[in-house]
Amino acid sequence: MKSMKLSSVAFAAMLVAVACTPGAGTPTTGPTTGGGDPTGTAPSGSPDMSPDMSPDMSPDGPPSGEFGTVEVASGQPIKLGTALVITTADADLGTDSQYGAQVAAEIKGQVLGHDIEFVFQDDQCSTEGGTTAAQALVSDPQIVAVIGTSCSSAGIPAAQITSDAGILMVSPSNTAPSLTAPETHEEFYARTAHNDTVQGAAMATYACEELGAETAATVHDGSAYAEQLQQVFADEFVAQCDGRITTQEAVAPTDTDMRTVLTTIAADPPDLLYYPIFTAGGALMTQQARQTSGLEDTDLAGADGMQSPTFLEAAGDAALGVYASGPDLAFAGDFYSDEFLPAYEELSGSASPLSVFHAHAFDAANMIFQAIEDSATENADGSLTIDRGALRDAFFAIEGFEGITGNLSCNETGDCADPKISVAVVAPVADAGDDCGASTEEVCFQRIWPED
Amino acid sequence: MRFLSRPERLTRLGVILWALRIALIVFVLAGSYATLSGASGLVLSPEGWRDLVITGIAQGSVYALIALGYTLVYGILFMINFAHGEIFTAGAFTGFFVAVALAEEGIMEANPVLGIVILLLSSMITSMIVAVLLERIAYRPLRRAPRLVPLITAIGASLVLQYSFRGIYGSGVRMVPLPDAIQGRVEILGIPILRSQLIVVIAAVGLMFALYYLVEKTRTGRSMRAVSEDKEVAGLMGINVDRTIATTFAIGGLLAGAAGVLYVFIFNQVSFAMGFLPGIKAFTAAVLGGIGNIVGAMLGGLTLGILESIGPFLLLSGFGVPSTNQLRDVIAFSMLVIVLIFRPYGILGRKES
Repeated sequence: MKSMKLSSVAFAAMLVAVACTPGAGTPTTGPTTGGGDPTGTAPSGSPDMSPDMSPDMSPDGPPSGEFGTVEVASGQPIKLGTALVITTADADLGTDSQYGAQVAAEIKGQVLGHDIEFVFQDDQCSTEGGTTAAQALVSDPQIVAVIGTSCSSAGIPAAQITSDAGILMVSPSNTAPSLTAPETHEEFYARTAHNDTVQGAAMATYACEELGAETAATVHDGSAYAEQLQQVFADEFVAQCDGRITTQEAVAPTDTDMRTVLTTIAADPPDLLYYPIFTAGGALMTQQARQTSGLEDTDLAGADGMQSPTFLEAAGDAALGVYASGPDLAFAGDFYSDEFLPAYEELSGSASPLSVFHAHAFDAANMIFQAIEDSATENADGSLTIDRGALRDAFFAIEGFEGITGNLSCNETGDCADPKISVAVVAPVADAGDDCGASTEEVCFQRIWPED
Repeated sequence: MRFLSRPERLTRLGVILWALRIALIVFVLAGSYATLSGASGLVLSPEGWRDLVITGIAQGSVYALIALGYTLVYGILFMINFAHGEIFTAGAFTGFFVAVALAEEGIMEANPVLGIVILLLSSMITSMIVAVLLERIAYRPLRRAPRLVPLITAIGASLVLQYSFRGIYGSGVRMVPLPDAIQGRVEILGIPILRSQLIVVIAAVGLMFALYYLVEKTRTGRSMRAVSEDKEVAGLMGINVDRTIATTFAIGGLLAGAAGVLYVFIFNQVSFAMGFLPGIKAFTAAVLGGIGNIVGAMLGGLTLGILESIGPFLLLSGFGVPSTNQLRDVIAFSMLVIVLIFRPYGILGRKES
């Protein structure tokens, strides 16, 4: 009797614990390996490379050799890992980057006479997924560097795991400021994506100068990306435009009912509702905001995490007129349109890009290739010795790299981007024409700001 | 009153539970008072509160329909069918495909009532088939196994179904095309209500009445109650126990299929993992109402829906907690703990012998 009562209370407490775990609704799966056997060519792992046995790092960066070396035998490929979101509703984001990296390897062909081989892992756009993917990659001693992760929430644990193992990790789409903030930056982590301190400020400028918004409300989903980006936006909106933030709300990533949070927001209707969250939640928020009384005159805006065909499909007609900030690819030049995009389309089988970070992944991969060329030792027997510490140093020393996304130089905390931000609006393909980014058959993200 | 009549039996656990009860009541009252008096700075208009309650009722009706499936199966087999959330997903996906087909044929726009009926029927039948197959393949062979075995099987079945959906339909999110008849608002007694929410509530209430009639007034219902009372004796009395159990699963499936379509009406989206959270919430609702009790499941679903909707704002924002809505699941599951502390067998549950 009493034990029955106690156990029922204990069970209920367990449910509370489940509810408190972010992303509890998305069951985790085993990692998906797409490009070759992760344990195939590898000799048994040397102890100094396993993550839990690596020595603590000095703040000045580890001396060369401390993290061991990778030997690539003659005729063997150089193995790069990816940890990008390739399942779940946000799969567009990661597959887009994955194609970008593959195109880079295709165009490059060989690095120092060796082929390039990818080991694909899935970051699932979650903390758990990032951890699993990074652990799988560091357990393979042949992995030279990692391209990933897609989502900042996955990037935080993954950066720590790869840095502990001394493996260079370059993200094409992590944008959360904390990843490259001096006090939280992990030694072997860098990114080619913009820092959201830039994106949030650009959106705030657009909101007050172009939309004439005086009040704004924000919603985040508890992910590192959304939470930090909406905070930057809120601060900048107050600082730049003397605007007023009516409220800063949050939902859970698995929530489907946004009406309650929207009703609370409608208590003091803002000129602009900014919700830089992901595809599924963003679509629900868009649809339900259109149905909420009090928000009829409110402009809706999201960010780069929402710029995908999946979002357009899931939100339907409600998406028309939604603004979204993101990286600006209008400066990308002829190479992008004449060589990159055709190769990308051949791989993806899709007529339009799936998201906005493929060029960043392309640049990340090419910068890794350059760092390998700069730091690796070519042996007489045709094999290659890559020192992990030296590779990291060579990568961080890159300056003035001519990439698709601009002129890239890494600073000491791993920000390598040449950040240019644009704002797009969802419009019918018929009207948008050449300015279309991610699109479905009917609608697309049309780049509208800044004017070139 | 039970407690007042025998104060001498107050144990240490009793004292702790009483202290918890008092603390909870104080917390709820203080939180509500602080919010309503506007301490948070954000004041909700009466219309705002009304919208929250209506949203909660619509959401709660869906929970209630799913919860009925849990409660029916528990009532008869004393097992928790954790795969029930996936039966709901099957209904929602069927709704998606049928809605796309109907929209292409133009039936949805030409005759929305017929369209909605076709949607509901096709989804209910699909879910029923999945539920009956599940019972036949995964649970019937384990009828005489210890109680923990079918429970673990249920979790396995849930994962198998969920990842089958992912394999078949992909991992993306898809929008369901809905006719104009379901969009927009209607005025009822001067209150503007979203059409989708109105349809959900009407359909859910209708189905619940039908179920109540079926269980209480028909021959099938009587045999279900008999099997629930004692399987062996019911068998001796000439009731086909296996068939009755299959019928129970079929009814649970029908209701879950309907819930799937109604959920699509409110949220417009389907995805492979969509059944997980509503499934857990509905299970909570079933326990809240007293598992095994049909009226309890309905009541539990509605209570949970409304609490989830108004709870976070009402209870927490008064204390200055930012972004209260993020904590709705915490409120929902804390509610379960609270009800179990006050009433260990749920709102309408009976003590087990």
